[in-house]
Amino acid sequence: MALPQAKTDETEARIAALDMPDGAGWAQAARADALRRFRAMGLPGRRDEYWRFTRPDALNAAHAPEAALFKHDEAPIFEPIERLKIVFRDGVFDAEASDDLSQEGLEIERLADATAKDIHWIKDLYGVLEARSQTPVPRPFAALNTAFATDGIVIRATGKVSKPVSLSYLHENTTSDAILHFVVRVEEGAEMTLLENGPAAARFNKCMEVDVADTAVFHHVRAQGRDHERHAVTHLFARLGRESVFKSFTVTANGRLTRNEAQIELTGDDAIAHIAGAALGDGDFHHDDTVFITHDAVNCESRQVFKKVLRNGAVGAFQGKILVKEGAQKTDGYQISQSLLLDDDAQFLAKPELEIYADDVACSHGSTSGAIDEDALFYLRARGVTRSEAQDMLTLAFVAEAIDEIDDEAVAGCILSRLEGWLHRRRGD
Amino acid sequence: MLKIENLNVQLEEEDKQILKGVDLEVPAGSVHAIMGPNGSGKSTLSYVLSGRDGYEVTDGTATLDGEDILELDPEERAAAGLFLAFQYPVEIPGVGNMTFLRTALNSQRKARGEDEISAADFLKLIREKAKALKIDADMLKRPVNVGFSGGEKKRNEILQMAVLEPKMCILDETDSGLDVDAMKLVADGVNALRDEGRAFLVITHYQRLLDHIQPDVVHIMADGRIVKTGGPELALEVENNGYADILGEVA
Repeated sequence: MALPQAKTDETEARIAALDMPDGAGWAQAARADALRRFRAMGLPGRRDEYWRFTRPDALNAAHAPEAALFKHDEAPIFEPIERLKIVFRDGVFDAEASDDLSQEGLEIERLADATAKDIHWIKDLYGVLEARSQTPVPRPFAALNTAFATDGIVIRATGKVSKPVSLSYLHENTTSDAILHFVVRVEEGAEMTLLENGPAAARFNKCMEVDVADTAVFHHVRAQGRDHERHAVTHLFARLGRESVFKSFTVTANGRLTRNEAQIELTGDDAIAHIAGAALGDGDFHHDDTVFITHDAVNCESRQVFKKVLRNGAVGAFQGKILVKEGAQKTDGYQISQSLLLDDDAQFLAKPELEIYADDVACSHGSTSGAIDEDALFYLRARGVTRSEAQDMLTLAFVAEAIDEIDDEAVAGCILSRLEGWLHRRRGD
Repeated sequence: MLKIENLNVQLEEEDKQILKGVDLEVPAGSVHAIMGPNGSGKSTLSYVLSGRDGYEVTDGTATLDGEDILELDPEERAAAGLFLAFQYPVEIPGVGNMTFLRTALNSQRKARGEDEISAADFLKLIREKAKALKIDADMLKRPVNVGFSGGEKKRNEILQMAVLEPKMCILDETDSGLDVDAMKLVADGVNALRDEGRAFLVITHYQRLLDHIQPDVVHIMADGRIVKTGGPELALEVENNGYADILGEVA
């Protein structure tokens, strides 16, 4: 079906502002395919079902809207964690600031190096999980990403990796427009943790394809912050093999617009996928979690836990779907999305969906929106806790269920102290 | 210690007078009990004294050691030494019992200009107090009151009282929902805190708690007023004859 002319014009203007990087034949073909996908879909508009809650204008614009840098003196969030550090500055890999990329049990390469080779293991993965995830719901920014990604890292874990790989995204240029693409393959029996943090750019488009082989384990913890004016759209595509484990947690603080999409496909029996998020917004903040989990194997478990704390005009959106395909018996699916509205100006929009074609499954979902519990607040105050501290305690208690999804206690501690800091800075405003 | 004069209170939401001139004085070192039928205003009195929203004081005063407490925020009243053991302790998922108690204690200390207690000293303190109330480590770790039985909740209230060491303790229907053993445990906890510098106001519907916590003075409250004051024998009179006789006598 032809796109409306206005949409085509906007899409072509977006494409015209970008350059497709060079690479080996297979990589060029993958990028050209992605561009075709993108052209066919076009940029999203408000009439598109999956963009009803979120205005894509800033993401559609040919050039990145300017975003001021956020000055602060906090140490990087994962500083206390011993990790393999990989640094990007406004979307460009910074070798000087990064650690030596060789680590036991890992193969790490820059995307440009991997895509320049005629034969490479990512050949069967680059853009593949993205393309698989374009139906039934189109993800135009992910196709755009595959076509035009300028940098990124590819990671193959072949054993139990001793320390986390950490991707740090620094933002130093107020008009930077970064498109990064990551491919991760966790081989059979291998285990790794990936950390991500930082604002990345004025506008950030990130796509991560994660292939988790049979019995492999992948942990992912990301902190998106802190710049108030940044815009971001991210996609996380995962395919899970038999008895594999995938656990992803995201904390988002500030940001004018953040759209985090995740598409997880459970393709092997007895696999486990958990995805969780905590978002804190104050003022000009729009945060959108769009999650799609497909159960296509027997006896798999999926769990979605999303919490948003909103105030002063902040908006949170959640679109979460569990699709249980025919034959995916013994599926255990759980989904909860909740918002804590700290004042009357905040807004939470939720669309939970279940689509089930198997007859022996247990799926549940829930969504709530509410204010601080006045009885609990009074109880804490009656014991001497000040109003603002009691509010913070109850706010942290609200997001605790999402943070509990992080297995590594030290990493969870980093997230918690970041949340405490965020709340503390807003005391008594 | 606690002095209430001509306290008149109505609900904020509706034009309904609940307390109609309460006069009461509880000196340091004493235990006073307030008894009364349902709807007499007993619980309202405890909420107004601790600073809960929703009530409007239309007349009268309440002072703690001469300080007007009605003007203070709930946390300021707590720091000044006022403690309310809740009739219905609130469940707070996600907040650990220990964290809660330590935050409360340190908030009060900070408000009084005292140093915060160290984690090690706090642990020692709470272990000692918890042991006396037969509160195990698991209960301390769990979220505040979540999944606690009625008896456990009330014991948890007394634990908080023991740790915070307030000078004026108000117990609102602490006996409700308790079996005999739990009541004994709670009463022992309260009795252990009896001290010359501390006063108690025990609000109860039944006399049975007063078998375990012997009051010095018993007040009977009805229709928003203290209608009769006497010694412990007044509680027995209620137990034997019900409220009707007393209320008939003062009407």
